[in-house]
Amino acid sequence: MIVTKLEELHQLPEYKEALVELLFQLADDDFIIAYRGSEWLGLAPHIEEDVAFSSITQDTMGHAAMYYQLLEDIGMGRADDLAHGRGANERRNAILLEEVNGPGHYLYEPQYDWAFAVVRNYFYTQAKKVRIDSLKNCSYEPLAQVAVKVNMELYYHLMHWRTWFVQLVNAGGEARERMRKAVEKVFDDFAGVLSLGEKGEKMVECGLIDSEEVLKARWLQAVKPVFEQTNLELPSEFHMKRGNGRNGEHTADLIEALATLSEVYRMDPLAIW
Amino acid sequence: MAIVTSFERLSEEDKYQRFMERIEAGEKIEADDWMPDEYRMTLIKLIAMHGISEIMGALPEKEWVPKAPTLRRKLGIMAKVQDEMGHGQLLLRVAEDLMAPLGKTREEIMQDLFSGNLKFHNVFHMPAPTWGDAGLIGWLVDGAAIITQTNMLDASYGPYARALKRICAEEVFHAQHGESIILALAEGTKEQKEMLQGALNRWWDALLMFFGPDSPSTTGTSKQDITIKYRIRTKTNEQLRQDFFTKYVPRILSIGLQLPDETMHYDETEGKWIYRQPDWNQFKEIIRNNGPKSKERLRLRELSYRHNAWVREALSGSKATV
Repeated sequence: MIVTKLEELHQLPEYKEALVELLFQLADDDFIIAYRGSEWLGLAPHIEEDVAFSSITQDTMGHAAMYYQLLEDIGMGRADDLAHGRGANERRNAILLEEVNGPGHYLYEPQYDWAFAVVRNYFYTQAKKVRIDSLKNCSYEPLAQVAVKVNMELYYHLMHWRTWFVQLVNAGGEARERMRKAVEKVFDDFAGVLSLGEKGEKMVECGLIDSEEVLKARWLQAVKPVFEQTNLELPSEFHMKRGNGRNGEHTADLIEALATLSEVYRMDPLAIW
Repeated sequence: MAIVTSFERLSEEDKYQRFMERIEAGEKIEADDWMPDEYRMTLIKLIAMHGISEIMGALPEKEWVPKAPTLRRKLGIMAKVQDEMGHGQLLLRVAEDLMAPLGKTREEIMQDLFSGNLKFHNVFHMPAPTWGDAGLIGWLVDGAAIITQTNMLDASYGPYARALKRICAEEVFHAQHGESIILALAEGTKEQKEMLQGALNRWWDALLMFFGPDSPSTTGTSKQDITIKYRIRTKTNEQLRQDFFTKYVPRILSIGLQLPDETMHYDETEGKWIYRQPDWNQFKEIIRNNGPKSKERLRLRELSYRHNAWVREALSGSKATV
């Protein structure tokens, strides 16, 4: 079954419910990781990286905007309201992506952890790539079309983060030690990135996306050569130590992030900005 | 080869003479060409300051990137600040080539910034407490930058002139991005209008100072005579400030804003804008890193530099300077 028109969609309530859930996961993931990326602005290890990282962040925010737009088209509300106006318990992003970049505030005394940034972004981008490849065959055609667009930019994002990952791990010494710790930390929550949440099975049944197991296997297969090249141990199981963001479970980091990113919006949500 | 050898044999005065003839004929000087020390040092200072200002200039806007009120504005301001960083990088590359014969690198530029030897533009020492400030920076600070940079598009130093061409093209987009934010606020609610007027009031003096003092007597130093002599720029600071008024005063008034200077008017007989001078003593303090946000923003830059030392070390394979 392929759904191309909104009229068809509105006649399939269960299908629509699973689709909306998936779109919120996709949108909220990219939105919050792009927010964390924007906090890094001006603080990256060198100016060239500041330029590259902010370009990736901008692309990622653009992807979030495309998913929110699909939700708006379906009738879920204005894209800007969906991005800025929803509370933490309504968000569907993985907990790993909402975590702060490190101690401090983005304007005062930031002590951001570049190792965490590299590992989180590399692992997430690889997971996103696996997901996007699957979504190219999505039964909801407008989403399949968005997946094709996102995929074009993803190639460079993935190459960027993989290069950093290999370089820093293989540099040995302090860099390797910091990276190893970051890998451990990211794996503690990484199962949340690969999760499709409570409605996951329904999404698979509707032909929206491949199953969690298939996506996870593809992710492992993609990173395996990189782990071998860097002589790191690749676990077969990951964790969700702080809960599953797909089901609305979140941390104080998200609440604080939402307050910041919607500060101006909330002054007057009805105004034109 | 013969030509090179004969140039090498010339006395310093003759080399200088040839150099001046070249630039006066409108020829471009390239990185490997002979140039007087004064020219090289003036360019290094000017271009390093310009490059670092682009990078420090990202910091007041950085505050508003995560907070931009809509998805479209978030994307717009992200693109804009990324461009500024890109300009910084482009300019630092130009400065690095000029510094190479002196055995200096980007490392020295960063150290000079932290020690206060290298100044950054007065506007980037100022606070940007509201979204209105974010729009105003894009509209008028970038608008002012377009005016000063257009003045150097035909600079005698080829690599700088070429970098400026690209930068100016992008700055035009920035000014449009800023103007779009400003227009939304100007046509918006009472609170939005007040936010905008507040931002203009806050930035007015800094905008006037942006073009530099009228003459060295105002602040004790000004490089404008040297840069004009070497054909790096054509107009004086005051001419540029007047150009800014001519372009922007009518626009400011047309969107319903009030000028924060009630004495401001155009004198038809003199053919120039009459305005209240900003406090040039405050200007001196600001560029000595004693502006309202100087320390805080330098601290951000320094902290990230220090905190990422391990990354530079890992990339270079040797102990990085902290």
